[in-house]
Amino acid sequence: MQFGLSESQEFLKDSARKFFAGECPSAEMRRLMETDTAYDAALWSKLTDQGYTGIIFPEEYGGVGLGKVELMLLMEETGRALLPGPFFSTVVLAGSVLNAVATPVHKKQYLAPICGGEVRSTVALVENSANWDPRAVELSASNGKLTGEKFFVSDAAIADFLIVVGRDGVFVVDSKARGLKISPMHGMDLTRKLYVVGFGNTPAEKIGSASDLARALDITTAALAAELVGDMQRTLDITVEYAKTRKQFGKPIGMFQAVQHQCADMYLETESSRSAVYYAGWALEENSPDASTAVSIAKMYASDAARTVGNRGIQIHGGMGFTWENDIHLYYRRAKASETAFGDATFHRERIASVVIDLASVTAKSAQ
Amino acid sequence: MDLNLTAEELAFRDELRAWLASHVPKDWEEWREKPMEESFPYLRAWQQKLQEGRWAAVSWPKEYGGRSATLMQQAIFWEEMARVEAPPMANSLGLGLIGPTIIAYGTEAQKKRYIPKILSAEEIWCQGFSEPNAGSDLAGLQTEARLDGDQYVVNGQKVWTSYGWVGDWCELVVRTDTAAAKHKGLTVLLVDMKSPGVEVRPLRQMTGESEFNELFFRDVRVPVENILGKVNDGWNVAMSTLMYERGSYGARLHLIFKRYITRLIELARTIPRNGRPAAEDPIIRQKLAQCSAEIEIMRFNQMRAFSRITATGVPGPEGSIQKIFWSELNQRLQQVAQEILGSYGQLLGGDPHAIDKGLWSYAYLRTRGNTIEAGTSEVQRNIIGHFVLGLPRSY
Repeated sequence: MQFGLSESQEFLKDSARKFFAGECPSAEMRRLMETDTAYDAALWSKLTDQGYTGIIFPEEYGGVGLGKVELMLLMEETGRALLPGPFFSTVVLAGSVLNAVATPVHKKQYLAPICGGEVRSTVALVENSANWDPRAVELSASNGKLTGEKFFVSDAAIADFLIVVGRDGVFVVDSKARGLKISPMHGMDLTRKLYVVGFGNTPAEKIGSASDLARALDITTAALAAELVGDMQRTLDITVEYAKTRKQFGKPIGMFQAVQHQCADMYLETESSRSAVYYAGWALEENSPDASTAVSIAKMYASDAARTVGNRGIQIHGGMGFTWENDIHLYYRRAKASETAFGDATFHRERIASVVIDLASVTAKSAQ
Repeated sequence: MDLNLTAEELAFRDELRAWLASHVPKDWEEWREKPMEESFPYLRAWQQKLQEGRWAAVSWPKEYGGRSATLMQQAIFWEEMARVEAPPMANSLGLGLIGPTIIAYGTEAQKKRYIPKILSAEEIWCQGFSEPNAGSDLAGLQTEARLDGDQYVVNGQKVWTSYGWVGDWCELVVRTDTAAAKHKGLTVLLVDMKSPGVEVRPLRQMTGESEFNELFFRDVRVPVENILGKVNDGWNVAMSTLMYERGSYGARLHLIFKRYITRLIELARTIPRNGRPAAEDPIIRQKLAQCSAEIEIMRFNQMRAFSRITATGVPGPEGSIQKIFWSELNQRLQQVAQEILGSYGQLLGGDPHAIDKGLWSYAYLRTRGNTIEAGTSEVQRNIIGHFVLGLPRSY
């Protein structure tokens, strides 16, 4: 058993870190977050050149065919860089859904251009109930047309086509389709834009069944937790750096245990989230029977930990942590948005409970 | 990353499983609740049986009677032992901490003299580290050893000594140079507990039992050949012992905690709360799920730490997150148990209404010690702050 990264995994993570540090440093991230869509075509083409847009998808669709652990590592680095724009929505979310539900013909049509960096996309899942359980979806098609609304759709305005989850299937809707209305929601996280997407008798092409979504959503949820790990790591790094240099009472504040112990807790929370995320990535890759639970464990823990790490980081920065100028609040904003996306800690704890309490009970009964 | 067991690991596990299946005692359940004074011969016999199969000290090098097991194999060992609910071994400190330190620092004569009897449980070892005025600040210890010819004369007091009452030998940290800086004047002595001037007293703890002892040394004479390592290099020797302390603990804890949570979920199905079983109460469900998840994360952290140690060769200060994690998780877990049990949670073992013979009231109190023993949470956070994150020393 080897629960460490292989040489090639270390290499991928390392080169991703360097790539984002070079191509999307803080100043660039701040420039993009002030734009309407946070999208930059030049950056996108560089992401494509790196193979990131096809990272986990089969080579026959132009993907790179790497595993879920590799995806976790890449997302950790996008999280560390607070990468703005539709990478998560297009590649992780839309890509995984297409890969899970679509036929080979539809994959050629929709997944291949994602891998090739030619298009942007996203998935419209939740509705005004803000319930991330796909079973709560009410929207359904009638004669190949959709009418209704989806909420909290990330990066919808920059999408060339949207993937829409309905009760009776998964659909593709073209961004220029009739009756499609995309209006911004003003969320805390400025780097990932959210929208309400309205459909009024909008033509939609059915590409698969909603019952095949679970695995794609698990991959997406784990990837989001991985991104939170990067968010926490960056928050920890800049906080520790600040605690070493900021002096009060003639000493670096990191010398005071009230500060040092908070940093130690940030480290514990970050590392524990990382362990849970790596395990989830591995379990997904191996199709392990506990994969879904492992994803819930990772998202549950990382959702809470990212908030706590952010709380501590801002507190340790004192007044500086409360300024717009310091990046820490940007990571805090992302952490808050990602905390609820694809189910918050409470949502995932209930999912865990349904396995460890209810399923265990069924198993015990059937064994009697 | 590959979390499947390797062929060697599987072979190790299967050999152990087969051995345990035919050797693990069936009557431990009857013995486990008896005072350790009574069950000690039983535990000694169990260790001897294990050693006949060469299973008592799997981490030790082969030439000293072990199996040169990798960390992962050690983890497998403890997991399998916990899975079959095997009794503990009588000489657990000798096998886990002190034997490895003697192997690392001892002379050939010392290894020959002590190692075989540690393995056979003929000689039980205890550890004389903490003192009334030296807990977290261990280097400030005051027990003094003065050289008199070819003997040291030891005077002082030690506390929180496990197995003191049954100990034949003690790994004792003493001050041999009072003029040197506090870390620099320490030496480790191997002390015969039957020496004149050694007194052992039970230390009653908040649970009501006495797991630990206080040791008193009055003009105890120790021959110089019983120095372990070098004179005034005792800090390094003692630290290496403490590193072994962190080694394989977590592998056992995972199954122990899993057993707790499984039982707790069973109880929650029968104990009512707000007119329905507690297991259907949304708040209780949240808490049980949180504990279950953290028990898994504890294991993931442990596996990552093992892989890191295997790659780098030495246990690093990162082990401190393990200590904080399991000890605080155990406290949270026992608090959830108390919430589910309600007023019944407080009942002690002797009470006819107590649930699970008072296990939960005992565990609740006992977990308060978890964040204190083997390095307080505060010390662990200092270690992370300074040695992992590179923050300036706070003390």
